[in-house]
Amino acid sequence: MTGLRYVYAVCRPLGAPLQAELTGVAGAPAKLLPHHGLIAVVSHVPEYDFAEEPLHAHLEDLDWLSATARAHQGVIDALTVVTTPLPLRLGTVFRDDSGVRVMIEAREEEFRRTLDRLEGRVEWGVKVYAEPESEQPEQPAGKAASGRDYLRQRRQRARAHEDMWQKAEEFATRLHETLSGYAEAAKLHAPQNAALSGAAGRNVLNAAYLVPRRDSEEFVELVDRTKDDTRADLSGVRVELTGPWAAYSFAGELTEEGVQE
Amino acid sequence: MTVVERREIALVDLLDRLLAGGVVIKGDITLRIADVDLVRIDLNALISSVNEQVPSPWGELT
Repeated sequence: MTGLRYVYAVCRPLGAPLQAELTGVAGAPAKLLPHHGLIAVVSHVPEYDFAEEPLHAHLEDLDWLSATARAHQGVIDALTVVTTPLPLRLGTVFRDDSGVRVMIEAREEEFRRTLDRLEGRVEWGVKVYAEPESEQPEQPAGKAASGRDYLRQRRQRARAHEDMWQKAEEFATRLHETLSGYAEAAKLHAPQNAALSGAAGRNVLNAAYLVPRRDSEEFVELVDRTKDDTRADLSGVRVELTGPWAAYSFAGELTEEGVQE
Repeated sequence: MTVVERREIALVDLLDRLLAGGVVIKGDITLRIADVDLVRIDLNALISSVNEQVPSPWGELT
C-alpha cells in the first residue's frame, strides 16, 4: 500500500493491548510498528494531505489543524492508558515503514533515556488569569460632582487596576515557585492569546508540571488549596488546571538541553 | 478566586503541547540519512505567528 507514515509516539512494548480499532489522524487506524525493542505508533496517511506541501497548506487551516490535533491527542490518550508514551510533535511524517525504522535506530538511545525519565509521570497544566474589576460590568461609580472629582475617581480606578495586576503577577510567581518545588520539572509556555482561547481575563501564567502519576492527587490538592490562601484579596484571579496530559512539554528537553535541564 | 478544572480539552492547550512540545525529529536526519526522505514539516512559523500576537506579561516586569 502506498501512502506516508504519520508517527504519534514512541513507546516501550505494551503490557496490555491497545484498544481495538483506534482511529487516528485522517480517520486512519493507529498501528504498532515494533523495532529494536521499541514501538512506533503510526498511521498510513495519504500523500495528497500529508506530503510536505499540502501539510503546510493544511496547517494554516484552523479547522483541519484542530481535527488533526484532536485525533493525534486521541491516540496519545489511548496509549497513556496502557503505557507512558513519548509523544512526537504534531506532523511528523515519514515516507514509509523503513523510514520510521531508520529513525528509531538513529535515536534509539535517546528514546530509551527519555522514556526512562518519563516513566510513570504525567503532565499537569496550570494557568492563571487576571481580570480587573473594570473589565467586568462596571459598577455605578457615583456621580462626579465636578471635573476634578471625575479625574480623581479615574485616578483611583487606575491605581486599583495596577494594584490588581501586581497582586496577580505576584500570586502567579508564588504559585509557580510552589508548584515547581513539588514537581520534578516545570516548563513555562507562552501566555495564551485571549482571541484564541476565548478565555476571560489576561493569561498571566501558562505552565506545565511533570508529576509522578502516584503523586498527582496531591498535586491537584496543592493547586486547589491556593484558593483558600488567597481568596480575600484576589477576586479577579482565576486558576485553571488541565490534565493529566502525556508529558508533551517534557519530551524534548534531552535533545535540546543536553542530559540535564 | 476560583479554581476551574476543565473536562473538555481546549484547542489552545492542545496546540501549546502538540506544536511546542513533543519530540522534534529534526531535519538534520534527512541530511545524515539521505534515503529516508523525511517529510518533517517546520511549524515554527505558525507558532511564532500565534505568539507574536501575545504580549508577554513577564516582559513588562523585567
